[in-house]
Amino acid sequence: MADYLEKLDHHTDAADPTYGDTEIQNYTINFGPQHPAAHGVLRLVMELEGEIVERCDPHVGLLHRGTEKLIEYKTYLQALPYFDRLDYCSPLGMEHSYVLAIEKLLNLEVPLRAQYLRVFFAELTRICNHMLNLGSHVMDVGAMTPNLWLFEIREDCLNFFERASGARMHSAYFRPGGVHQDVPLKLLTDIADWLDGRLPRLFEDAISLVADNRIFKQRNVDIAIVSKEDALKWGFSGPMLRGSGIAWDIRKAQPYDVYDRVDFDVPVGTQYDCYDRFMVRVEEVRQSVRIMKQCLNDMPEGAIASFDRKVSPPKRGEMKRSMEALIHHFKLYTEGFHVPAGEVYVATESPKGEFGVYLVADGSNKPYRCKIRPTAFSHLQAMDFMMKGHMLADVTAVLGSMDIVFGECDR
Amino acid sequence: MGHSAPKIATIEGITQEIEAILGSMLVETVDHADELSFTVLRDALPQAMTLLRDRAQYQQLMEIAGVDYPDRPERFEVAYHLLSVTRNHRIRVKVSTDEDLPVPTVTHLWPVAGWLEREVFDMYGVVFEGNTDLRRILTDYGFKGHPQRKDFPLTGYVELRYSEEDKRVVYEPVKLAQDFRSFDFMSPWEGAEYILPGDEKAKGEAPGAPTPAASPAVSTPKTTEKKSDTGAGEAANKASQVKSADAPAKPASATDEGKGAAKPEDKA
Repeated sequence: MADYLEKLDHHTDAADPTYGDTEIQNYTINFGPQHPAAHGVLRLVMELEGEIVERCDPHVGLLHRGTEKLIEYKTYLQALPYFDRLDYCSPLGMEHSYVLAIEKLLNLEVPLRAQYLRVFFAELTRICNHMLNLGSHVMDVGAMTPNLWLFEIREDCLNFFERASGARMHSAYFRPGGVHQDVPLKLLTDIADWLDGRLPRLFEDAISLVADNRIFKQRNVDIAIVSKEDALKWGFSGPMLRGSGIAWDIRKAQPYDVYDRVDFDVPVGTQYDCYDRFMVRVEEVRQSVRIMKQCLNDMPEGAIASFDRKVSPPKRGEMKRSMEALIHHFKLYTEGFHVPAGEVYVATESPKGEFGVYLVADGSNKPYRCKIRPTAFSHLQAMDFMMKGHMLADVTAVLGSMDIVFGECDR
Repeated sequence: MGHSAPKIATIEGITQEIEAILGSMLVETVDHADELSFTVLRDALPQAMTLLRDRAQYQQLMEIAGVDYPDRPERFEVAYHLLSVTRNHRIRVKVSTDEDLPVPTVTHLWPVAGWLEREVFDMYGVVFEGNTDLRRILTDYGFKGHPQRKDFPLTGYVELRYSEEDKRVVYEPVKLAQDFRSFDFMSPWEGAEYILPGDEKAKGEAPGAPTPAASPAVSTPKTTEKKSDTGAGEAANKASQVKSADAPAKPASATDEGKGAAKPEDKA
């Protein structure tokens, strides 16, 4: 043994290295497509230098269902439920862009109560979405309990959606011209009680466990810093853009429905890292609660859908008495309504960022082209430059801070 | 009041400003539904985009959308949606192309264009010159065809299933259990593009069975003013009521049972 050690000791020849001197090759690992921290079917091909990520190539499209193609073969109303199934964590946020795009082409006025209801439920969707994202982000970096508590809140949200629309997740509640049906007063009072009591109690408890937690900060602070210039170049939107310090919120800048009548603040990050993006979402939940309370106070009585019978169907009671209403109902649910030719790009502030619908109409009852602008597409693309030089274990933190859902990314 | 879609700020003179910036690169300006679209020359796209980004402050490229118009000579339209966060304004820049003509890439201006161009390439087969990573993105590994083209069928060509015999996923041609149904609900009064069943005789020879020869032309129109014109003889119903003298009485049979009037008398 002594001979051997002596031999090693004097061996410093680069041309004939020993075990310790051998160069370790970069190796490539495959993350996903079936991985609990990938938030769906994401495949990341990562080139590692030791534990440092050198290159990261996300492979998406494993959940591609051809939504845009299917929509071209459906009437405008039949295409609506596809939007629930895009980002299945925030269904109403998706519907919002689509119905607004149709209304813009039709230049259709929506009754005020319907606008308030839409904003109200869009904000409930935001809370619901952030509960899943914040919870899974926390869980991806190692904490279990907050996720369980936040899922309690999410469950409450889903129950409210069920009471409003009949479906827990795929609500199909927003319709061109308004919403599908009015909500019972009891539901609104129950949500008001929930906003005052259960939601802040559970939420603040859960966040207090992580916001100042040393381990959580070690995993997130200074991870994947994105400068303002980079955020703009990479097409970031929503909490990702605000996390990079740009106070841009479509609800404020280009208000739709009644967002110009409610008062809320836009949180922005200061350090542009994963922790900032997390905290921006936490603050957005509090702002959503503010918006929802204002909606409850200001929501007027009245119609919940447009009276334009060429677009929004009559009530069942009306159909029993009026032949005209019966004909309208039949025509709307077979042929559907025709949308005048033209093209619009309508983007709303969905919980994950700018969700846009580029709708090209040719005057028939079906969209000629419906391009969906997913939020995750541009965020996930930036994965490569965000991950460069970080450790393998940071992948989950970065993914969690991006808030990606593959139904929407792959369409 | 109108629609409640996002209110885009109207900037005074923005159309003229951008038209001046684009200059000879501009082909067409469309202002529809409060949205501005500028069609530019395909080859001048990177130059136009650089000017729009740097001089007109459209910092963000939000979306690249392909649209297929098979009737046009250059069938594809690629629409770039730009957003200015400083001026709070959106515009759309369009170029047209076909299957072969490449569109210059804008990845050097906005890295986000990489995947967006890949998607347009995947869905339409538009080639982006200068994009170094023009792989398919949304479709399956080894997919053939460009599914968003209007001539690509909704059902596709290939389906896959897990084969219990081979213990692996196998790809097969699509077999439809029932014919693909497409309803367009076009009213015939509004000019349906297809021929309604029965209407094919109206215009010339339809494929399939030959159209019967037309009947010869008649010089005097047919009228039924006189009895002889109708072609009918004596009223047949009156003649049938006259009974012959030796007609037998109507026999009562078992088959008549239950028909009401003709009840057999021996049962009573």
